[in-house]
Amino acid sequence: MTPGAVTPGAAPARRLPERALAPLRGLAGLAGLVAVLEVLPHTGLVSAGYLPPASETVRALWHLLAEQTFWTALGDTLTGWGLGLAVSVVAGVAAGLVIGSVPVLRAVTASTIEFLRPIPSVALIPVAVLLYGADLRSKLLLVVYAAFWQVIVQVLAGIQDVDPVADDTARSYHLGTWGRLRHVMWPTALPYVMTGVRLAATVALILAVTAELVIGAPGLGQEIAVAQSSGAVPQVYALVLVTGLLGVAVNLVARAVERRALHWHQSVRTEVTG
Amino acid sequence: MLDVRNLRKIYTGRNRNVEALRNLTFHIGAGELVCLVGPSGCGKTTLLKCMAGLLVPTDGEVLLDGRPVDGPPPGMAVVFQEYGRSLFAWMNVRDNVALPLRRKKLGKARTRELVDHALDVVGLADAHQAYPWQLSGGMQQRVAIARAVAFEPKVLLMDEPFAAVDAQTRAELEDLIRQLWRELGVTVLFVTHDIDEAVYLGQRTVILSKSPTVVREDLAIDLPDERDQLHTRSSPRFAELRAHVYEQIQLAKHHSGDTDTEPVDRTPGSAPAPALQKTQP
Amino acid sequence: MSVRTVLRRALLLLGLPAALLAVWWYATAGSTDFYVPPLSAILEAFGKVWTADRLLSDVVPSLLRLAAGYLLAVAAGVGLGLVIGTRRVVREFLEPVLELFRAIPPPVLVPVIMLFAGIGDTMKVLVIVSGCVWPILLNTVEGVRAVDEVLDDTCRSYGITGTARLRHLVLRAASPQIVTGMRQALSIGIILMVISEMFAASNGLGFTIVQFQRSFAIPEMWSGVLLLGTLGFLLSLLFRFAENRVLAWYHGLRRDRRTP
Repeated sequence: MTPGAVTPGAAPARRLPERALAPLRGLAGLAGLVAVLEVLPHTGLVSAGYLPPASETVRALWHLLAEQTFWTALGDTLTGWGLGLAVSVVAGVAAGLVIGSVPVLRAVTASTIEFLRPIPSVALIPVAVLLYGADLRSKLLLVVYAAFWQVIVQVLAGIQDVDPVADDTARSYHLGTWGRLRHVMWPTALPYVMTGVRLAATVALILAVTAELVIGAPGLGQEIAVAQSSGAVPQVYALVLVTGLLGVAVNLVARAVERRALHWHQSVRTEVTG
Repeated sequence: MLDVRNLRKIYTGRNRNVEALRNLTFHIGAGELVCLVGPSGCGKTTLLKCMAGLLVPTDGEVLLDGRPVDGPPPGMAVVFQEYGRSLFAWMNVRDNVALPLRRKKLGKARTRELVDHALDVVGLADAHQAYPWQLSGGMQQRVAIARAVAFEPKVLLMDEPFAAVDAQTRAELEDLIRQLWRELGVTVLFVTHDIDEAVYLGQRTVILSKSPTVVREDLAIDLPDERDQLHTRSSPRFAELRAHVYEQIQLAKHHSGDTDTEPVDRTPGSAPAPALQKTQP
Repeated sequence: MSVRTVLRRALLLLGLPAALLAVWWYATAGSTDFYVPPLSAILEAFGKVWTADRLLSDVVPSLLRLAAGYLLAVAAGVGLGLVIGTRRVVREFLEPVLELFRAIPPPVLVPVIMLFAGIGDTMKVLVIVSGCVWPILLNTVEGVRAVDEVLDDTCRSYGITGTARLRHLVLRAASPQIVTGMRQALSIGIILMVISEMFAASNGLGFTIVQFQRSFAIPEMWSGVLLLGTLGFLLSLLFRFAENRVLAWYHGLRRDRRTP
């Protein structure tokens, strides 16, 4: 707010060409990366045995795309990721709402959550191997353990953020527990839930790939391990690139969903709390 | 001391260019307290930023002691309207005031003396250790003023410093500014959109037109030097001056660098500015 | 009165963990399941396995590698973040590239970096750096971008420029975001510390635990899991302690904004 500033539209806006340049520059940056990766092995600075030229990686990727095993592996990774994420979100939201809306439960569980949450999910790898072997269930155990905490912690933060005035208003109009949950707590907590889902989606992908890489559960991670041990270096890079693109896609989708939820939330909040 | 000559500022927008300042020329003598007033959105902040060397004008120049301003000059301090954003939230009050002095390398003792004195005169002697966000809005603006005072500037530029504080605090701060100005002998340019403030504070009031901005009138405020909120504001001369400035501002709303002929009288029944109501006893 | 509050808080803090441990203890007390030994056996193994020698030969190297990799990542991430964040053109060039690197699940870097750096300490430290640097870097860029305009003008008008501006304005203003990035990086670092050792190592926590698992030393393996969990908890505690000191102003500011 700067009254006395300037007439509307007079803000020192960036010049049009500058703004249009941003995406172009980004593309140029990506092209630059590809060029560096292409040239570097030829200069002899880095052995092509460690870092194949970009063109070879692309060729390897092209061959992969034609193979059934690649698509199966991609499907396996996505299955582990999606199932694990779904379980974590449902369990995290349910547990978060119950614990968050009952103050006693919240107080009693706080220390336990704070203790369990930072335990690295990878600590469970040996347990998972023993109990389930190189199974989808191993992957799910790791994914769910890591992603669940992201969700529940955000849900709890969201419920804590409920405006006391809104809650008192709801009480004074004799809204029951369910009504308050539905009309006061849930709308406030929703953006937090979405943030939790976004974080969980990223973490779930990391742990799904980790389980495949380390335990040998079928999926892209296992393909990378196999390619690496058989010396198929361009394949390793091609698969790493695929996981990266997968990560970018997960990020973009999760952020778009989050933004929509947040938008809706603010309009609702102003209605509720005036 | 401070000369503004043919100052012009055009913002290059996305689809169009906006001329915020058309042609401004005025002079501030050493030790003067000048108020700058104009209708809302008349480019006051733009002008102040050009004078402070924070914004490069499109045309014309600002001279400080005869030297053109082409960046923030060393002898100048600025107090912004947004006190909450102009203080370092991660430093306590004392460090906020002391930070600009580091560069001056005055020595520890002298720095401490300056900071203590500055906080003392703005009435914050017992808030040294507090963080800005622990203080009320008026107190935060006092910190910003103390920082300027400790800096010992020759020129103090203030950009609507009291626009966001409540009326009672504002009156106290206005008196504080007059007191500081008289004690320190500093040159002050005080930008405001509040007509009462513009009349009460200064020795002169420069009235601006709406954007694209020109100087509409340079008015001498012939009130006695001893001013206080109660008597000055209820004096007949104050009322006359206020009425005059008010009228000029109303006219200025329809008048800019684009309309050279005198505009029509203000439309009957137009609501008076809220600033007028505040001073009714 | 105060004794009662203390008791109440102690009960809230320790009640559930104690109850859970008790359940674990009694549920597994007579366990004949080879994979799920009694808690008493695990604790007994814990005392036997994690002796001072063991801690020195396996836990300390792991933690040193983590510390080295993490600190390097912080230095590189904050340094590059400052450079990229303050120059719009550089930022626009690099943003998609950085987003891509950030999105790569860090564990897949283990086999890639093994190609270059073999299986020694260098590889493990590099793996940790290459996983931890992205969240720190990108959060620093965000933080630097968001430096308040009015505060920046204030600094300029008081002649606070160059390194003073960097130190007193940019770094401090961006510190909440930098810390967020560092927090994300810490949990990634722990994951990578363990995984890089599981992949290829001759010592370290991850290596030892996998050895126990492969040789079916089940109580010992569980004790390792317990130790790893405790380490994760302690590191996050340490982080929170440091954060509360560095960002005291920020937490205060936020609390203040919440309750007008």
